[in-house]
Amino acid sequence: MLRATHLKKEFGERKAVDDVSFEIRAGETLGLLGPNGAGKTTILAMLSGLMQPDGGSVSFGGHSARNSQEELKRRIGLVPQDLALYEELSAAANLQLFGGLYGLSGRPLAESAARALELVGLGERANERVKRFSGGMKRRLNIAGALLHDPELILLDEPTVGVDPQSRNAIFENLEELKRRGRTLLYTTHYMEEAERLCDRILIIDHGRVLADDTVRGLLRRLPASKSVRIEFDDPLAAERVVTEVAAMPGVESARAEAGTVRMDLADLGRGLASVLSRVADLGLPTSSIQTAEADLEDVFIHLTGHALRDDAPGAAAP
Amino acid sequence: MKTAAIRALVHNDLRLYLTDRRAIIVGIAVPILIAAFFGYVFGTTGDAGATAKIPVGIVDEDASVVSRAIAADLTKEAMIEPKSLTRRAAEELVRSGKLQVAAVIPQGFAMNATRALFTNDAKPEVTLLIDPSQTMSGRIVEGLFAQHAMEEITKAAFNGSAGGAGLADVIDRLDHATNVSGQDRGDLKALLEAAQRLNSRDPSAASGQSGALQRGLTIPYGVRSMPITSGAVPYNAYAHSFAGMTTQFLLFGGIDAGIVLLLSRERGIWQRLRSAPLSKSEFLLARAVATTLIGLFQFTAIYLFAIMVFGVRITGSVAGFAVLALLLCMLNAAFGLMLASIGRSAGATRGIAMMVTLLLVMVGGAWVPAFVFPKWLQSASLAAPTRWAVDGLDAVTWRGSHFEAILVPGAVLALTTAVCLTITIWAFRWDD
Repeated sequence: MLRATHLKKEFGERKAVDDVSFEIRAGETLGLLGPNGAGKTTILAMLSGLMQPDGGSVSFGGHSARNSQEELKRRIGLVPQDLALYEELSAAANLQLFGGLYGLSGRPLAESAARALELVGLGERANERVKRFSGGMKRRLNIAGALLHDPELILLDEPTVGVDPQSRNAIFENLEELKRRGRTLLYTTHYMEEAERLCDRILIIDHGRVLADDTVRGLLRRLPASKSVRIEFDDPLAAERVVTEVAAMPGVESARAEAGTVRMDLADLGRGLASVLSRVADLGLPTSSIQTAEADLEDVFIHLTGHALRDDAPGAAAP
Repeated sequence: MKTAAIRALVHNDLRLYLTDRRAIIVGIAVPILIAAFFGYVFGTTGDAGATAKIPVGIVDEDASVVSRAIAADLTKEAMIEPKSLTRRAAEELVRSGKLQVAAVIPQGFAMNATRALFTNDAKPEVTLLIDPSQTMSGRIVEGLFAQHAMEEITKAAFNGSAGGAGLADVIDRLDHATNVSGQDRGDLKALLEAAQRLNSRDPSAASGQSGALQRGLTIPYGVRSMPITSGAVPYNAYAHSFAGMTTQFLLFGGIDAGIVLLLSRERGIWQRLRSAPLSKSEFLLARAVATTLIGLFQFTAIYLFAIMVFGVRITGSVAGFAVLALLLCMLNAAFGLMLASIGRSAGATRGIAMMVTLLLVMVGGAWVPAFVFPKWLQSASLAAPTRWAVDGLDAVTWRGSHFEAILVPGAVLALTTAVCLTITIWAFRWDD
């Protein structure tokens, strides 16, 4: 359906997007996963026609986006990260504007707005001013604003930012309903559990480059270890010492200390765990808990992007 | 051209305007209040009695019949309110702003002034103590004082004892003068002796026969002011003040529209608008139409109030009035869009735009009529579109002019609108 080929975007000397290529198939939900400043929003801006790439191209349905911007915009619905709503107006009035921008008017517009409001669970609040809505309701209305013209592809830029768990769940139910209706979704987030729950395929981005493009199962296979162990110590300082001791042991793929806990990835849980626990016992360090787990998307993410803190890079945001 | 999208944007802007009560109050009630104030202060409907009198001090150091008579004459003037003071008190009151002008009549004024009527002797000097912020009042008092002083001095010269003594002194000096020819001396002496004879007669016996001399020399003509307007309706100062304030607040409305546009660039709504299949020209057209319609709503509301409450009338071309209203509102919309195009941040743009607007309306005569400006400023003000807007509205309201009178003001407004729109189309950042 949509293909991005060798996309590039620079802000001054910084490469925000560096040779990114991927494809979204019809009916698929693709997750764009990356830390802050990775280039997710910039990629979305180029896909939705808000920003022209410095290099590369976007095609939709086989047609170049550059030559058919208007057609592209008609087939795409964008849910911006910032709330794109007029708070002084009612929910219905907001949707009437957004539908009107796509040429809808009269009864079709009213019906479309009613359907969108029903989908996001705001049908009974249609005539209330948005400023009286909770943060979660505003987020849901923000999604509804992209649905009026019945787009084939919906681009969602971190649509759950700043909402409580209940609202997040409600938003997820809305998006799952859209999936059931056959809509194609491109979803940017840095929440692993969101990507795992919703996405058929995940693109991991960092420093403007694609690090991985696969299903969740495929991504997990990329990890050198599929099992992980977390050992919590009574003494928070003990974790650092244990990491030093066990990191080089056979069967331990990686080990790191996090707030008094040692987290290790093991190739073979049975043999590896026995050796590690034996070493810990030799050191005489009392443990408070030991947990084993399957590797998850977060492990993949950390494995691919590293542990360094990311601040929002300047110029990374879309206009 | 996607009319549905443009209509949706225009409809939305009107909806936003109508939900913002503060904007409506600022845009309609405030200009009405200020225009009412200016209209009242600058002349109301020609009722001079309603205007406050100028407080004037009289310091009579001469204490002669003439100086007392001048002071008495001044009390009868409608424009001033004289009161007798010592010099020290007068200086103190002028310095503190409680008195706008004080006239100090020096000692020996009557005698020296009479003598100066017929000789080259030094004239006595009346000092006007003036509040520097009230120079216009000083000129008014100077004129009134000159008028009454001339009357009383000549009256005394031909009737009073001081005048008689003065004439005798002048005749005596004429007899001993060496720089006057024999024939001139004879003629002058005859004139002065005739005046002396008139002076020596009993004033009561002469009353009724020589009234002119009894009164002294007065201005030998009268003045009648005749307002020239459309004729049907008398001049209404509110008409000018409403023209000025409406122009000013429509410009403010244009600024607000521009600032809202600048602010929206920083919000998610901008991405929503940009992601829609909408071109830059369609977007700008929608904003221009919406701001123009809002301006027309403001304009109509303000003028309806002016007509119903303050008696402002469109005594000239109604069509001209409507065309000017439309052109003015279009100009303000274009002005706002231009600001949004060249402004970088809402805060800085608002400050600069307000300053420019206030300058334009001041220079344009929106606050006080342009004729009170210095000549160079009057010429310079022709470069301000606000001057043409106010002049045009004046023309079709209280001046009662025909449609032709708005052709030049209308052309200036249309041209300025075109310039603003050209800059907007050139500078507006849509694709970044």
